[in-house]
Amino acid sequence: MIFKNAADMAQALAAQEVSSVELTQAHLDRIAAVDGDVKAFLHVDQQGALAQAAAVDADRASGKAMSPLAGVPLALKDVLAQKGVPTTAGSKILQGWKPPYDSTVVSKLKDAGVVILGKTNMDEFAMGSSTENSGYGPTFNPWDLTRTPGGSSGGSAAAVSAFEAPLAIGSDTGGSIRQPAALTGIVGVRPTYGAVSRYGLIAYSSSLDQAGPFGRTVLDTAMLHEIMAGYDAHDATSINAPVPAVVAAAKSGNVKGMKIGVIKQLQGEGYQKGVQTRFTESLELLASLGAEIVEVDCPSFEFALAAYYLIAPSECSSNLARFDAMRYGLRTGDVDGASAEAVMAATRDAGFGREVKRRIILGTYALSSGYYDAYYGSAQKIRTLIIEDYAKAFTKADVLVSPTAPTTAYKIGEKVDDPMAMYLGDVATIPVNLAGICGMSLPAGLAEEDNLPVGFQIMAPAMQDQRLYQAGAALEAALSSQWGGNLITKAPALTGGK
Amino acid sequence: MSTLSRDDVAKLAGLARIEMTEAELVELASQFGTILDAVARVQELNLDGVKATSHPQPLENIARPDVVMPSLTPEEALSGAPAQDEQRFRVPQILGEE
Repeated sequence: MIFKNAADMAQALAAQEVSSVELTQAHLDRIAAVDGDVKAFLHVDQQGALAQAAAVDADRASGKAMSPLAGVPLALKDVLAQKGVPTTAGSKILQGWKPPYDSTVVSKLKDAGVVILGKTNMDEFAMGSSTENSGYGPTFNPWDLTRTPGGSSGGSAAAVSAFEAPLAIGSDTGGSIRQPAALTGIVGVRPTYGAVSRYGLIAYSSSLDQAGPFGRTVLDTAMLHEIMAGYDAHDATSINAPVPAVVAAAKSGNVKGMKIGVIKQLQGEGYQKGVQTRFTESLELLASLGAEIVEVDCPSFEFALAAYYLIAPSECSSNLARFDAMRYGLRTGDVDGASAEAVMAATRDAGFGREVKRRIILGTYALSSGYYDAYYGSAQKIRTLIIEDYAKAFTKADVLVSPTAPTTAYKIGEKVDDPMAMYLGDVATIPVNLAGICGMSLPAGLAEEDNLPVGFQIMAPAMQDQRLYQAGAALEAALSSQWGGNLITKAPALTGGK
Repeated sequence: MSTLSRDDVAKLAGLARIEMTEAELVELASQFGTILDAVARVQELNLDGVKATSHPQPLENIARPDVVMPSLTPEEALSGAPAQDEQRFRVPQILGEE
């Protein structure tokens, strides 16, 4: 049962062929069997999940109308507040914190009867691309346990690709859903900025952060997208408009006559050979399905990485000021006579990891008087140019495409001491965040040189998220028929057995 | 090549209220050159006349109706406090002795 897609699980639940308690228990058993190796979870909420599942089963038995994913289990990135359940954002500074409230995403999941299995590992405060920056140790890629699953939502991606959960939620500030989806051979979507409420999402960079769904298929991902998105009065940046019809788009999966723009700047030099090969093949496949392929020029994308690594650290230096040892979280050095300022500084030293400190310091520098215009100010102008490049490109194409990440999954430890090398892995995903539009990564096959998954990225204009699913489902169907099933079925078996 | 000295980093760490060990200061200073060179690329283009974007969406202030809504109880609000006293957050000394 755990190897099925979420849509099939939902169907089996609706037909009462299986109960949510049985399905949830099967996933808890899988977690117990393989998570010692994968380490996708920071906290497994066995009791809470089974109680939630039992409530869904009771509702169904009483004949109540059920939401499409009711009773299906899910893994939740530890960046989202869940009432009474430890929530750390991968940081020691929040160790042991239990939020007194639910994030809007969690409320929506609970209302829909989606069973939350537990909280998944992540780079501390979502700062990183490999999950190695977690304060609680790395997550391991189920395709090869010596490699990273990507990040920052590496725990969520690994949970789904290891069949510990059919669905997961991540957050994407610079590629943190799409890149780990690519590196673990699954589907991940960063919805349009403002489409999913940020209320209760622990902030890293508020103008870039956006939560989104992971699944093993485009349809599964769409079903979760539809549940988690929607207007929320608790988030001042929430878009007050209907959720795009993503499930219908995933079911139609047609690219006939669709114009697909290949971004010149997001391929070629710096991209691994196998990544480029699978990307080109997918393009040819889309063309054979009736899509029209055009090349588009986005010259300012060359500067996107630089702009991102000023804007995100600047916003984080401000956002993370709230971790001040006063109202919640860690407090150290509170000895008699110690000043609040000294306690704050000692706590932030003890509680924050290297990368978080690096970004706070970089942001503090970029925002300091005398440097503000040259760094943060220039980055904000580049952001305008990127938005303009996209707007121009979208007059020529319905969706834009690129490889999701320049390489396949790299070894644990390989880039951890070279922050700049790590940052380069985000080069193809960052422009979406800067422009506030939406993007998807779906599996394009395995790179021949290392047999590891390659991601294909699709981008669409703001609030046109259904286009991602429409194109993604068409490509997925064509590729799966070539492979004789999902790419994930080619992943090596973990200790839990298949 | 941009550089930041150990003392520059120490000053920034002070502003950001992060106590750092000598080893951390030295390590960060050594890494900052490469990072600053990379981010300084934003200065390569002529950006005269380009508007700055702080946010991907047009934003306006939103005020909700002035109606009492459910909120956290004092106990819930204090539930994560490192220290509390008489239903308040207890904090270290914030003013000097003088």
